[in-house]
Amino acid sequence: MTAIDPDSLSPEEAREARKVRLFTRINAADKWFQVLGLSWLTPVLKAAAGDNPKAQGAEIWRLLGVPILAIIAFLTLWGTLAPTVQTSLGAIPGPAQVWEQAVALHEDAQDKAESKARFEAQVATLNERRAEQGREPVERAYTGAPSYYAQIWTSIQTVFFGFLIASVIAIPLGIMAGLSPTANAALNPIIQIFKPVSPLAWLPIVTMVVSAVYVTNDGLFAKSFLNSAITVTLCSLWPTLINTSLGVSSIDRDLVNVSKVLKMSTWTKITKLVLPSALPLIFTGLRLSLGVGWMVLIAAEMLAQNPGLGKFVWDEFQNGSSQSLARIMVAVFTIGIIGFLLDRLMYAIQSLFTFSNHR
Amino acid sequence: MIARKLFAAAAMTAALTSPAAAELLELEKDELTFGFIKLTDMAPLAVAYENGYFLDEGLFVTLEAQANWKVLLDGVIDGTLDGAHMLAGQPLAATIGYGTEAHIITPFSMDLNGNGITVSNEVWEMMRPNIPSMDDGRPVHPISASALTPVVEEFANRGEPFNMGMVFPVSTHNYELRYWLAAGGLEPGYYSPDNISGQIGADVFLSVTPPPQMPATLEAGTIHGYCVGEPWNQQAVFKGIGVPVITDYQMWKNNPEKVFGITKEFADENPNTTKAIVKALIRAAIWLDENDNANRLEAVEMLSRPEYVGADAEVIANSMTGFFEFEKGDRRDIPDFNVFFRYNATYPYYSDAIWYLTQMRRWGQIAETKDDQWYFEVAESVYRPDIYLEAARLLVDDGLANEADFPWESDGFKAPTPAADIIDGIAYDGRAPNAYLESLPIGLKTGQTVVGNEVQG
Repeated sequence: MTAIDPDSLSPEEAREARKVRLFTRINAADKWFQVLGLSWLTPVLKAAAGDNPKAQGAEIWRLLGVPILAIIAFLTLWGTLAPTVQTSLGAIPGPAQVWEQAVALHEDAQDKAESKARFEAQVATLNERRAEQGREPVERAYTGAPSYYAQIWTSIQTVFFGFLIASVIAIPLGIMAGLSPTANAALNPIIQIFKPVSPLAWLPIVTMVVSAVYVTNDGLFAKSFLNSAITVTLCSLWPTLINTSLGVSSIDRDLVNVSKVLKMSTWTKITKLVLPSALPLIFTGLRLSLGVGWMVLIAAEMLAQNPGLGKFVWDEFQNGSSQSLARIMVAVFTIGIIGFLLDRLMYAIQSLFTFSNHR
Repeated sequence: MIARKLFAAAAMTAALTSPAAAELLELEKDELTFGFIKLTDMAPLAVAYENGYFLDEGLFVTLEAQANWKVLLDGVIDGTLDGAHMLAGQPLAATIGYGTEAHIITPFSMDLNGNGITVSNEVWEMMRPNIPSMDDGRPVHPISASALTPVVEEFANRGEPFNMGMVFPVSTHNYELRYWLAAGGLEPGYYSPDNISGQIGADVFLSVTPPPQMPATLEAGTIHGYCVGEPWNQQAVFKGIGVPVITDYQMWKNNPEKVFGITKEFADENPNTTKAIVKALIRAAIWLDENDNANRLEAVEMLSRPEYVGADAEVIANSMTGFFEFEKGDRRDIPDFNVFFRYNATYPYYSDAIWYLTQMRRWGQIAETKDDQWYFEVAESVYRPDIYLEAARLLVDDGLANEADFPWESDGFKAPTPAADIIDGIAYDGRAPNAYLESLPIGLKTGQTVVGNEVQG
């Protein structure tokens, strides 16, 4: 009898085996925690599972304790210093006032839902009247001011749309520039000149061109949406383009030689060889692009009054109410947190697609 | 929050009491976007939306705040906006081709009065010794710009320009500020076809700043004073950064202010929609003024929401509820500071249009002398009392307005404003624009043009 009879295992050994399995799982999950920015969860779980508490305690302190302490220190510093700066809109708000406005914005969103219900009641009345006069009923979207959440959603949609167009343009161009030194020489000066241009300079041009070209007023997209999205595209194109061409041009020479020996067609070469090995750099480019796009979008929305978080900030600045500064700060934190989440999202996608070391 | 809930209930009742019997117009377009600037005189738009007057007409309206007057005007011209709260000078200037050219009309005038001139605390300190005091120590009103003359001289001696802000080259505020300065003997400067800065031969240099940025720009020291609509004068008082010296009501009793502007093309293609819009706006204006301004506090709550004006309710309330605070604590009653319906405020009078045109000519925005007939023709092509009266007739038939409240028989000219109602004591009669221009001491006269840096002819 070579196999171990399960019954013969002592309860202690069984527990040990379970523990090992548990640790394997925790270690496997650790990769995902890292991606999601929750790396502090690993030592916490390990400690909970009974691993050397002292060693894990140090890890927890480093990964969880220090950041929390830093945040507390930041909040304290902010809370003490802010009230000492007097502006024409009152003192700079501290963390408490900002939190208060975050809650107020949430309540405001609920009020807006109520007013939407009122709107629908009125439309129903209108339709009764229309019916009495023998007309067709009408269905129309709510026309009231968007809530804070709706504005966040608009911004996210816009940035992804602009980013998508940018990627569709940048990746093929980048592959071209990476594969052919001639194409690279042609594209390089254009990239160098346009890369540093600010969104604020693009916006007037984009606005004029969109108004001239996109004449319909009831098309699929609103003009303001296109203006912001195209501005995002123009600014977020470059990191992807540069990184893709860099990734493509730095493929292993041996691989290129193999492709020559096998007489691969260009298409096969690109899909089987170039893309897989350039993927990590392409993703790095995409991550940078999305980050740039998000920053640019807020500026574009502020300047052009296009719906979204940027318009929210500008409106509050113009309102000049005593709550304006605190509300702008709520927006600043929202923008920061969403930017962080977008980056994490891209990082997660990158880890799914690439197997080599993460950059 | 409580006020808002109460208001919600009020809006509900308003919606329910709306006339179910009234015949709906056959609308050519029922989804509309209107632009506005964050100023209390956009109130008729907010009220027509919040009280459901637009929906009563079957109109689905979205209201969108605009960054500045230029963006707003371009929006109306390129069709992104179907209509907008406009400076009275904008449709006129666009139609005669000054600035951006487009035929814009106005079937509805939005209000009377509502502006003020504010100077920085520093300038006020320097002006104060030149202003006589009343027994209680407060300054005698109205304050003439002559009190500012020594201040401007002092700036000139120091080699510093005296800068003031207004909101747009063809804004009421530009003309009012110029009117006040000229009435006090100061030259506000001329425009010419090749110099559109408006600072030719100026003692006081005027430049454009969007309304909501006025207090911040004043605080930064870029300008030493400004002329703007509410709540941006009261904001300066509340923040302690400036002192309003005069309101436009004290300069010219019941002067015409903003208008509602749409392109002529829109009005021609959508006649019923246009009428429906005007109906809703007239109802809003009636509501704002009815029962001796009884609804004004409710209107203040509406305007203080972030999507409309967004300033603190107490700041907006000052001018909207009949008084104005000059210095902190110096509150004076000006019951007609903002008039939305009384005195036929919403009727688009040709004589109002002509006053704006005379000011454009006076300061050189209209480069050449025009005959009286030209003024009448421009006024008739831009101001459209015919559309207004059709809408008013429908409202009277629906039982939503009183027949007696509208000037059915008017030929479009207000009775001449008597000399006593205007700060410099010069009467205004819209029927004689050229004679009026001749009677103003500072400004271009018949035959004069601005060439280079000087007035010729």
